[in-house]
Amino acid sequence: MNHLSSETFRENARAALQDVHLRGALKNATSLFGARRKEAAANLPNWEDLRNQARAIKDDALLHLDRYLEEFERNAESRGAKVHWARDAAEANSIIVRLGIDRQARTVVKSKSMTTEETHLNTALEAAGMQVVETDLGEYIIQLAEETPSHIIAPAIHKTRRQISELFTAELGMPPTDDIAQMTRTARATLRDRFAAADVGVSGVNFGVAETGTIVIVENEGNIRLTTSLPPIHIAVMGIEKVIPRFADLDVFLKLLPRSGTGQRLTTYQSFITGVKRASTDEGPEELHIVLLDNGRSRMLDHPLTRQSLACIRCGACLNACPVYQQIGGHAYGSVYPGPIGAVITPQLMGIEKTSQLPYASSLCGACREVCPVKIDIPRLLLHLRAEIAPRKGGIAERLAFKTWARIMTSPALYRLSSAAGRIVQRVIPISRAWTKGRDMRPIESKSFHDLWNE
Amino acid sequence: MIFDLRQIETKDPRPKTQDQDQRSKIKDPSSKISPNRTMNISLFITCLVDQLWTSIGVSSVEVLRRVGCEVEFDKRQTCCAQPAFNTGYRDEARQVARRFISIFEESKAEAIVSPSGSCTAMVRHYRELFADDPQWLARANAIAAKTHELSSFLIRVLKVEDVGASWKGRLTWHDACHGLRDLNLKTEPRTLIRNVRGAEFVELEHADACCGFGGTFSVKYPEISVAILDQKIEAIEGAGVDAVVSGDASCLMQIGGRLSRKGSNVRVMHLAELLAADGIDKKRGL
Repeated sequence: MNHLSSETFRENARAALQDVHLRGALKNATSLFGARRKEAAANLPNWEDLRNQARAIKDDALLHLDRYLEEFERNAESRGAKVHWARDAAEANSIIVRLGIDRQARTVVKSKSMTTEETHLNTALEAAGMQVVETDLGEYIIQLAEETPSHIIAPAIHKTRRQISELFTAELGMPPTDDIAQMTRTARATLRDRFAAADVGVSGVNFGVAETGTIVIVENEGNIRLTTSLPPIHIAVMGIEKVIPRFADLDVFLKLLPRSGTGQRLTTYQSFITGVKRASTDEGPEELHIVLLDNGRSRMLDHPLTRQSLACIRCGACLNACPVYQQIGGHAYGSVYPGPIGAVITPQLMGIEKTSQLPYASSLCGACREVCPVKIDIPRLLLHLRAEIAPRKGGIAERLAFKTWARIMTSPALYRLSSAAGRIVQRVIPISRAWTKGRDMRPIESKSFHDLWNE
Repeated sequence: MIFDLRQIETKDPRPKTQDQDQRSKIKDPSSKISPNRTMNISLFITCLVDQLWTSIGVSSVEVLRRVGCEVEFDKRQTCCAQPAFNTGYRDEARQVARRFISIFEESKAEAIVSPSGSCTAMVRHYRELFADDPQWLARANAIAAKTHELSSFLIRVLKVEDVGASWKGRLTWHDACHGLRDLNLKTEPRTLIRNVRGAEFVELEHADACCGFGGTFSVKYPEISVAILDQKIEAIEGAGVDAVVSGDASCLMQIGGRLSRKGSNVRVMHLAELLAADGIDKKRGL
């Protein structure tokens, strides 16, 4: 199931639909997350106001992104952090690898970060001879299984309890058990040693506050707190869209993010990191490096419509709400970011050449837009991308079909003629096997409404 | 190549004597309910209804006349352009949309009414097609402002909550996505259904979940489409109803096609058909 390509989306999805374990796990997880989110949102009387505020803050941040990023850099560096600018994944990885090599790092502990998944940082660090250990339980599971995350906030959402138990038995020598507490203890014991031995901690960033140069990271397991405080060097990888103007803006986002993601009112841990330790006797890392990553993001800034793609706070609510994701899970998308928001940002980050199927992997039902805490109009963005893809990648047959369709639909005479022809044709030719494989086809009426009205 | 007739798998759920019956319905408006106001309306019959489900159109005419509307139908109309728009063929969509606008702006009717949330929503999307063309944008906006989905027109414009329908049986409602999320129709159809005499209404579990149709999606990814659909079918079967009602022919084709394939006794019915029902023939309009 792992390392699939977006180019084979159709085949990936078919295979996923055959996987009963996957579909069972998905159904449980997405319906649980969905129900919790709904309840958490309903418990805040001003949920709609918060969404509007969050979007307005993001719109402002994105419109003046250059200014806020420079403000963020100034303030972070004045507190002792070092800010690095990376145009793309390769540049980000080489900055991080260089930092590791210069400090003769052997072990790197990582907390969950989709941005480093995007840059394939682990591969780069391992190629440079460093051992990389994922410390988020879900990420650790998929690292052991040599897979990729299938959900933005729940990377191992596709795995059942039994599969994880078998994995731990095989990889960590855990006695066979289906007790979740026992499994968690096993992972924890292994990971604690790694934390103690780590030379570098790599994390992502949920929010970067321009006003103070603070990075904010939310989590439930405590592994991020350890990753960012125990090793002598902390490297935080932050997409440039993560910057928000003011510290007070966090009030809105910290209400929306946990409720949208897991249905929690507050995550267990919320780390606010501003620079490095002030005195040598203080605890915490000696160095803080913040890598600001573009990697295609600034392209989305150009157009007011596509710009909203960058407002995403990676809560994963659209994945849980999406009827397509609910059926096939994240791996089928063959992209780092799956689900509705993945189908929007992947083609924009990577180009449409290999990702052209993704914007079509939606019934345009709008459930994603309904749950999005920052009100991204995902269906509209999917339609925008389809309009870029269809003329270039639609295929001759499809393009011709729509040209013919437009001819027919703009001519009442041709419309009448094809309607008559359709009635005859459907008796001899199976019009759409794609349809009739799973569903009966309603036949064309013997008389159209036009005919009935005429009579 | 030999055509295998068994591949066609079309099943016609309509009664055979329907045409005669439907013609007479258009010609003979039945008894009128006095609404708060009457209007001249222009009927926008979607291509799906025109070609595959004419009883929805006929029923719409009947209901609208019953509540006192003068109904006109411009025979030059074809399609709202949604298939091309949703697949990404904007030039083709624009051609068809321009024609739709030109035809309907000639009408003197006060409102354009359609028995489809999805196609009504498409007309609202025209502004995205003409974003760079101020003249057409203005024309598109003017048409969009007077285009209404049937249940929304009855409740929000005419303020009619009871159209005098009667239908005996237990039924449920499927929220078609574009009606629900683009037009914000949630209470309107339910209010109308609850006022149907003899009908027992039950809420469908996850009524607002997509049926998996999605137009181009249902043929590009039929397996995913049917997998989504099966969740809907499971909920419908669990509701123990005689019929499932919705506001879009497309969803009903999707749901009905699967119910029929599974040999289910649950029938699909468009809201217009239910509202036109007179309680005499339980099978009519299907």
